[in-house]
Amino acid sequence: MGGLDDLYQQLILDHYRSRRGRGRIEGASASVHENNPVCGDECFLDILVEDGRIADIRADGDGCSISQAAASMLTEVARGKDLDEALDLVEHFRLMMHGDAEPDEDLLGDAVALEGVARYPVRVKCALLSWLALRDCIAEYRETTAMGGR
Amino acid sequence: MGTSAHTALDARALRAEFPILAAPRPGGGQLHYLDSAATSQKPQRVLDAMDAYYREANANVHRGVYELAAEATERFEAGRDAVARLVNHPREATVLTKNATEAINLVAWAWGARELSDGDEVLVTMMEHHSNTVPWQLVAQMTGAVVRFCPVTPEGEIDMDAMRAMIGPRTRMVAVVHVSNTLGTINPVREIVAMAHEAGALTLVDATQSVPHMPVDAAAIGSDFLAFTGHKMCGPTGIGVLAATPERLRAMEPFLGGGEMISDVTTEGSTWNDIPWKFEAGTPPIAESVGLGEAVRFLEELGPDRIRAHERHLAQQMLDALDEVPGVTVFGPRQVERRGAAVSFSLDGVHPHDIGQFLDSKGVCVRAGHHCTKPLMRHLGVQSTARASAYLYTTEDDILALQSALAECRQWFGVA
Repeated sequence: MGGLDDLYQQLILDHYRSRRGRGRIEGASASVHENNPVCGDECFLDILVEDGRIADIRADGDGCSISQAAASMLTEVARGKDLDEALDLVEHFRLMMHGDAEPDEDLLGDAVALEGVARYPVRVKCALLSWLALRDCIAEYRETTAMGGR
Repeated sequence: MGTSAHTALDARALRAEFPILAAPRPGGGQLHYLDSAATSQKPQRVLDAMDAYYREANANVHRGVYELAAEATERFEAGRDAVARLVNHPREATVLTKNATEAINLVAWAWGARELSDGDEVLVTMMEHHSNTVPWQLVAQMTGAVVRFCPVTPEGEIDMDAMRAMIGPRTRMVAVVHVSNTLGTINPVREIVAMAHEAGALTLVDATQSVPHMPVDAAAIGSDFLAFTGHKMCGPTGIGVLAATPERLRAMEPFLGGGEMISDVTTEGSTWNDIPWKFEAGTPPIAESVGLGEAVRFLEELGPDRIRAHERHLAQQMLDALDEVPGVTVFGPRQVERRGAAVSFSLDGVHPHDIGQFLDSKGVCVRAGHHCTKPLMRHLGVQSTARASAYLYTTEDDILALQSALAECRQWFGVA
C-alpha cells in the first residue's frame, strides 16, 4: 500500500484527528465561505488582523481528511504572519500542489506532509480549499479597509 | 453463490464479455467496479458494432443518395428502433439526444420556455438529479414560473401525501425520477403520472437509472416525456433518449436549429421536418446509435426482468454486507422490492472521499460526493455519501471485497 502511505502520511492523519485552529472568530477582520463543488465540502475561514499581521486564524466546516488536515496545518503556519508573507505562503503551497515548486519545509511547517497529494489530481482541490480561502480572505480584508471599513 | 437459483443470470460468466472487467488489474486481482450508476462498462459486442460501423458503413445519414449513405442511415435508424422497442414506445416519438440531461433540457426549453408563465408551477422532488432541477430553474428564471420540491420521507421515499397536496391548479409539469441515483428508491411513477394528469399537468419521468436495470414500459407509465441515457445501459457515451407522446412532439416548436431538422428554409423563415428529426439538429450521434442498438439487443437477450432479479438479489447482499460493518449508515429504502442496487452509505469518522480513495487501493471503485443531488443531501443533513452501485456483471465477490475493504478502512483511519 505504498501509494496510500504516501498520500496519507501520519502527520496528515494526526491533524485530521485533532484539528488545530478549528472554529470561528467573533469579530473577525474578514471571513470567507468556500465550497468544493466536486464533493460539497465547505470551509469557513476567519482572520483577525492586528498591526498588519494575522493575529488569529480559524477554519471551520466539514470535509475529508486531506481538506481538514490542510486547514489545520494552515492555521498553524499562517498565524503571526504579515499579510504579504501569508500570501507568499499560500502561493508557495499552491505551486507545490500543482507540482511546480519543491516544498520548503521552513516555510510550510507541517503542511509539507501534503506534498504527496499533488499526485492525486482530484484531491488537490481538497488540500487547496482552505489555503485559497485565506487568499480570498486577505483580499476581502484589503478591500474593506481600503473602502474605510473595519 | 455465483449463479444462484434466484437469478439465472451468470454474472461471473458475463464479466468475460466486458474487456475492462476481464482484464487483470495492474497490481493483480480483479477490478471490483461498483460505480455503474455513474456509467456502465461496455461489452465487446457494443465496441465491435461501433467499430464495424466506422470501418464498413461510415457516411453521413439521411442526405446521401449513394449506397454507403443508405447503409449508414439504416444502421443509425436501427438503433432508434431497438431502443424504442425496449421501452415499448413508437419509434417516431423516440428522439435521440446527447444524453438524458439534454433530453430534459429539450423539454424545459422547447415546451417550458414557451408554455410557462408567471406563477405557473413545475413540481419536482427533493431526490431529483441536478439534470432534472437545474433546467427547470433556468426556465423558471426566464418565465416567472416557480419550481417546487416535493419532500422525501426519512425512509428515502417520495412523500406521496405531500405530492398530492402540492399538485394544484397552477401545476403545469410534474417531473420526477423513476429510480433515485443516490437512494436507489423506485418511485411509484404510474401513480404520480395519473395524479398529475388528473390535475391537467404534463409529466416527465427521468428513467436514467431504471431503463438499464429493469423492464420499463413507457406506454404503461403513460408520462408525456421519458428521458434516459445510453452510457448507463452498456451503450456508449454521447447518446440519450427522449420518448415523448407523438402529439406533444408535433405540437412543440424545435429545441435546437440547424441542418436535418428543417423541411424548408427561406430567407423569410423555416418549416420543420417530421418528428423525431425535427428535434435532431445537425449530424446525429450515428456510431453511438449503432452502439446503443447493440446494447439494447444485449439487454434483451439477457432479459430486463432477469437483470432486475439479479440486482434485487445483489441489493439484499449489499445491504446485509454493509450492516455487518460497524459505523455504517445506509440511506434509502431497506426493502429490496422498493429499491435498485445503488446504495449510498456513510461510515462514522471517515469522510466519503477518504472511503473512496482507500477502497480504490483495494481495487474497489465506488463514488463519493453529492451524486449531483445537492438538495437531497441537504435534506438528509449530509454533505456527501459514498455510493456502491451494481449491475448485471456485479458478483457477490465484488460485494465481499467492498465489505472487507470497508472494515480495513476503519482501521486505517483509526476508527476501529
